[in-house]
Amino acid sequence: MADTLQLDLVSPAKLLMSESVGMVVVPGIEGYFGVLPSHMPLLSTLRPGVVSVHDGVNDAPAKKFFVNGGFAEVNPEGCTLLVDEAISVDELTSDDIAERRTVAEEQVQSAATDEDRTAANKALFIVDEMARAMSEAAA
Amino acid sequence: MASLKDLRIRITSVQSTKKITSAMKMVAASKLRRAQEAAEQARPYAQRMEGMLGNLAAGNVGQDGAPRLLAGTGKDHSHLIIVMTANRGLCGGFNTNIIRSARALIRDLQAQGKNFKIYTVGRKSRDNMKRDFADHMVGHFDEFGRTVSSFSEAEHVAQAVTSMFDAGDFDVCTLVYANFISAITQEVTRQQVIPFPVPEVADGEDAGAGRGYEYEPSDTEILTDLLPRNLAIQIFRALLENGASEQGARMSAMDSATRNAGEMIDKLKTTYNRTRQAQITTELIEIISGAEAL
Repeated sequence: MADTLQLDLVSPAKLLMSESVGMVVVPGIEGYFGVLPSHMPLLSTLRPGVVSVHDGVNDAPAKKFFVNGGFAEVNPEGCTLLVDEAISVDELTSDDIAERRTVAEEQVQSAATDEDRTAANKALFIVDEMARAMSEAAA
Repeated sequence: MASLKDLRIRITSVQSTKKITSAMKMVAASKLRRAQEAAEQARPYAQRMEGMLGNLAAGNVGQDGAPRLLAGTGKDHSHLIIVMTANRGLCGGFNTNIIRSARALIRDLQAQGKNFKIYTVGRKSRDNMKRDFADHMVGHFDEFGRTVSSFSEAEHVAQAVTSMFDAGDFDVCTLVYANFISAITQEVTRQQVIPFPVPEVADGEDAGAGRGYEYEPSDTEILTDLLPRNLAIQIFRALLENGASEQGARMSAMDSATRNAGEMIDKLKTTYNRTRQAQITTELIEIISGAEAL
């Protein structure tokens, strides 16, 4: 059994990460799941949350990214994460979050149709998750 | 024969043209760098998305209840062609090549007796298509970034296309754009995006590839999420590729324009000097023969 897996983290704007890692923890739609080498094939949608990249199973996360949703494809060789947007958790700032919150709240206020409202609430949810990820990282 | 003054005026005017074209070349070169970077960074996502969708689709195609974006409407009578060009000209054959390919596609469809509709992206495309196919135009979009397009712009187009598809306005959707290969080569590409072109699976060995996956939440739910997203991504990629191609085409067009202007200046200068010398000679002969006559 291989002891590393190939992790590709890509957003539409760029390829954020493409390297061999020991383990990844991914925010799946039905809960966080860990991916180890030789994982069974799996396709999942992602919820907003933190992707943590570990060098080994027992190591502390080497890198953490906040992702705001997307898709994960896992096969025995590796894991591909297609995300809408990914920000390194270290780079989250409270100013940025506050700004996003204002935008999202305005969206909620001005939403006219049900679809708009769903989208706006989703945006707000993403901001909440982002704030939580930041406070967890700080703690 | 042109007088000395005329020649001087010509030379100055060609010189200023040369200055302009070389400045445009420089601008295009710096924009190209950014556009190329953006296009190259967007490629992995689009490719992996296609791969993922291909795996997923292989296991789903032909089943009842497969999403329409994947399975299509079951007909291919009505086509939507998205013709993507630049907003501005002065970029060599870039716009013309795309439009020529689009027109060839339209002719083919007409020959087969199919219906077609045109959605234009970029002002040049609209202006050109309006001439002959004004009745077939269903939409237009040209508010994309001057150098690098943003994803929301692609989403805008994708939404327009999806809503037309949901309304049953067309069965097959094709993008026509230029793929960026290098600063001097761009390849006009036709890419079918609706229904999603499922990769051919060899009978037997690989047929189960799509079915080995576990799905969270369920395969149809992922598909319904993934398909519209893929459409937006493919359009986004096309926008970026097109943007880089445009700058590349403009750069090489302006480069050759600058060179031509340089050659022209050289030729004009030779003519100018010859004319000037001829004039001096004539003047001298006049003076000498005047002196001899005394």
